[in-house]
Amino acid sequence: MEKFVTLSAIAAALPQANIDTDKIIPARFLKTTQRTGLGKHAFDAMRYLPDGAENPDFVLNQQPWRKAEILITYDNLGCGSSREHAPWALLDFGIRCVIAPSFADIFFNNCFKNGILPIRLPREVCDELMGDAQMGSNARLTVDLPRQVVIRPNGEEVPFEIDAFRKHLLLEGLDDIGQTLKHEATITTYEKRQDRDKSWLPTIHFD
Amino acid sequence: MAARTLFDKIWDDHVVETLPDGTSILYIDRHLVHEVTSPQAFEGLRLAGRKLRHPERTVAVVDHNVPTSDRSLPIEEADSRNQIETLERNVKEFGVPYFPLLSANQGIVHVVGPEQGISLPGMTIVCGDSHTSTHGALGSLAFGIGTSEVEHVMATQTILQRPAKNMRVNVEGTPGAGVSAKDIMLAIIGHIGTAGGTGHVIEFAGSAIRGLDMAGRMTICNMAIEAGARAGLVAPDETTFEYVRNRPFAPKGEGFEQAVAYWKTLASDEGAHFDREVTLRAEDIGPTLTWGTSPETVLAITDTVPDPAQEKDEAVKAQLQRMLDYMGLEAGQKIAGTPVDVVFIGSCTNSRIEDLRMAAQVAAGRKVAPGVRAMIVPGSGNVKRQAEEEGLDRIFLDAGFEWREAGCSMCLGMNPDRLTPGQRCASTSNRNFEGRQGPGGRTHLLSPAMAAAAAVTGCLTDVRELA
Repeated sequence: MEKFVTLSAIAAALPQANIDTDKIIPARFLKTTQRTGLGKHAFDAMRYLPDGAENPDFVLNQQPWRKAEILITYDNLGCGSSREHAPWALLDFGIRCVIAPSFADIFFNNCFKNGILPIRLPREVCDELMGDAQMGSNARLTVDLPRQVVIRPNGEEVPFEIDAFRKHLLLEGLDDIGQTLKHEATITTYEKRQDRDKSWLPTIHFD
Repeated sequence: MAARTLFDKIWDDHVVETLPDGTSILYIDRHLVHEVTSPQAFEGLRLAGRKLRHPERTVAVVDHNVPTSDRSLPIEEADSRNQIETLERNVKEFGVPYFPLLSANQGIVHVVGPEQGISLPGMTIVCGDSHTSTHGALGSLAFGIGTSEVEHVMATQTILQRPAKNMRVNVEGTPGAGVSAKDIMLAIIGHIGTAGGTGHVIEFAGSAIRGLDMAGRMTICNMAIEAGARAGLVAPDETTFEYVRNRPFAPKGEGFEQAVAYWKTLASDEGAHFDREVTLRAEDIGPTLTWGTSPETVLAITDTVPDPAQEKDEAVKAQLQRMLDYMGLEAGQKIAGTPVDVVFIGSCTNSRIEDLRMAAQVAAGRKVAPGVRAMIVPGSGNVKRQAEEEGLDRIFLDAGFEWREAGCSMCLGMNPDRLTPGQRCASTSNRNFEGRQGPGGRTHLLSPAMAAAAAVTGCLTDVRELA
């Protein structure tokens, strides 16, 4: 996984609530067995017209936001399906940071696993950042993960919260499976205790 | 020990270790796998040279991609076939128990798990699918995960999580005529909103929930994710134990008695703390459906479609207008009487035998309205067989419904069962997002009985009028 330390980039505003994962990547594009290549289908229904041409009204089809690496939305971003294809599609498009007043739980988790930083900020702050985003390439936002601040074009710093463990994984670009496997002895001990205390717990074997 | 909730007890019982920042390594008892969200996880294991730690605690099934037509024919869509064949290679390589397409037990993962006794009370259960919350109906902690987490569970049989907050939704009283679990759950989502449960695990309680059979409880917990909750659950009781008894993979004899003794300890303690609590009266809930493109846009069938002009928040107003335009509805119109093109009865929300019985009761002796395509898609091969033994297939076929093979079907538009642009569907599934059932498709979520009523009248209809 790519590290996330600081990001200074163009931000795109998508002022909608409840942007669901079907909107981010419709189910018909989930038939891949790869993690990559989904960027061209990100936001398919909003991004393309019925004849397949780009919808010129959609922000990510406009300059300079075609190169946006930060996306700002309203509440409950990523609701719906657990599909990790949603953050894969965003990442493949080039998005490394998503900012919203609130996120759906599974999508929030899935972002971290792919080196995308999801940041929760109050609606009023999101409105201000969306205003900054309107200024396009004249107004880059900077996300400083070590210091946990978003720096606005006017220099104002907006602090954000993040779990220490997740911050560590992002900063180092670490695979969390490797981290968990450091605790393998504890897992084995747990399993022995469970085998003893819940001997009725069936395992599954097919003939 | 302080009073604990059902969620607290299952959580505490599965914490392997808590890390300094409060993240826990949580043990997973069952990992359910399907073809869409697993290929990249298996590939990840292979690339890292890792083993799947416990294939015997893992079960795989194909459901999302599969056609629900004649199973003897090859799968026409090449990318679907590839995903299914990839799963078949992976389960063989990693030794995972697997219900193949032609197995009599094949079906939707969230129907198969409980049906086979693979999912049991008190367990932690995960699957790369948000509707894993369904299994919480058994009194288990069950939730959907992304593919990276699927790989994490495969490699470690654990997941990294922080504890959720506790929420309790009580539904008290006796539901009226024409009201089933689906109506209750739609009403709950309408009440608390699609983000109402975010960060929480919802325990569903109260006399109306206690009075539901297991299929009804599964319908409720299934859509907990539509309320934004991490999981939904119902305390295991005699209804649960009777359901689980004698299921193929459930414990038997002495083991079953030990298990029941343990399961009985799981109910939330008197005085346990809930961060949020909501109570609804079952009597206030009528036959309910959605009008818009978010599951929280619910109406009683007797209601009219909302008017965006009444909204103050400009963003909300714009969103409501967009929904009306997408759905082809007018502000203020009565929702009843709106013509439908397609009726879909199926999905992990409503495809169990109890659901099919409710639909058959309405369909019996009636005919599908001219010009309406009506499909019944049983949740599993076993549901299908049982329905045929009960003669439900004849009722549906005589009425002009299609009687299909088990799978996710028209719930999500990634197999041949799809809406075409502009088609309006009365659907027993769980999501009405734009394009969910096919690009441009218009979805109204409702109960099996209401769906059957729409099929035979050709429009959204109050099922009580057909009694």
